[in-house]
Amino acid sequence: MKHIGVVVFPGSNCEYDALAAMGVLGAQADFIWHSETDISGYDGVILPGGFAHGDYLRPGALARFSPVMTAVAEFANSGGAVLGICNGFQVLTEAGLLPGALQKNRGLTFLCQPTTLIVESTKSVLTRGATIGQELIVPINHFSGAYTCDDATYRALEENDQIALRYKENPNGSRGDIAGVANVGGNVVGLMPHPERAMSNLLGGADGRVLLEGFVNAPVGAR
Amino acid sequence: MNYPVIVDVTLRQGIADPEGATIERALPALGFTGVTHMRAGKSFRMDIEAPDEASALEKATALAERLLSNPVIENATARSGTKG
Repeated sequence: MKHIGVVVFPGSNCEYDALAAMGVLGAQADFIWHSETDISGYDGVILPGGFAHGDYLRPGALARFSPVMTAVAEFANSGGAVLGICNGFQVLTEAGLLPGALQKNRGLTFLCQPTTLIVESTKSVLTRGATIGQELIVPINHFSGAYTCDDATYRALEENDQIALRYKENPNGSRGDIAGVANVGGNVVGLMPHPERAMSNLLGGADGRVLLEGFVNAPVGAR
Repeated sequence: MNYPVIVDVTLRQGIADPEGATIERALPALGFTGVTHMRAGKSFRMDIEAPDEASALEKATALAERLLSNPVIENATARSGTKG
C-alpha cells in the first residue's frame, strides 16, 4: 500500500479533502505537521490548499520557510513525488521547487467554479495516467492563481514538456492558459485546480481521479 | 545603533498589475484625470541595528530579496527612513 503524507501548515484548509481522496484511491495517508523535519517513509507528499501562515506577505512566502520544507525539498530533489494543490502550488513556486509565480487573478476576483482542463503532457507524476488532449472538469477556488513567468522560463517550460495542464478557457489571466506545471524531472508538480474535490460523481464529478490515481501510483523515486 | 529603513516592493516591469490597472481606471470617475502608469506595491518600515547606515541598508536589501519580495515577479529597494 502506498503511503502518502499530507503536509499541514497553520492555515491549510484542504488537508482533509486530500486525505479522503487518498483513502478513496486505496492509499494510506497521514498528516505531516509543518514543524516536522523528517518525512522519510513516504512514497509521495501533498501540499494541500488553504492559506498557509495566513497568506501574509504573499501566498506561500512564509510557508516556504516552515521547517518541513527542507525535508520536502530533499525528497523532491531525490526524485520523490511531490504535489502542490492551489496554495500548495504557490508554496512550491515560492520555495523554488517549481518555476514561475502565482499572481492575483486578472479582474481581481476570487474565483470558485468548475473549469475545463486540457492535459498537455503526461510526463508528470500527476498526469501520467491521463492522455494528451484529454479534457477534465475540475474546480478552482483561488484569488492568486494567475501563473506568471518570464519569456525564457516559458520557452523552457514548453521545450522540456513541463506544462502539465492548461485551461480550456482561461479564467484568471494565467500565462499560456497554464493551470499546472511540473519540474524538469516531472516528479514535482503543482496546479491551481482542486482534483481532490472532483473524486465522486455524486459530488459533481470524478475527473480528478485520473490525476490523483496517477500520482498515488507513481513509481517510487522515479525521475 | 538603530537605523530606520524603508523597503519598497514593486512588480517588475512587464509583469501585469491588475491592482494598479483597476485603481487607474477608477480615478477618472472621481475627477482625477491625467493619471497614468499606476503601479501598486508594498512598503515595509523597520529599524535595523547596524554599525552604519550603509550596512543597515545592505541588510535590508538582503532580507528584502530573501523574504519581502519574490524576485520572479518583484523588485525590492531599500532606502533610509525617518525616526518615529
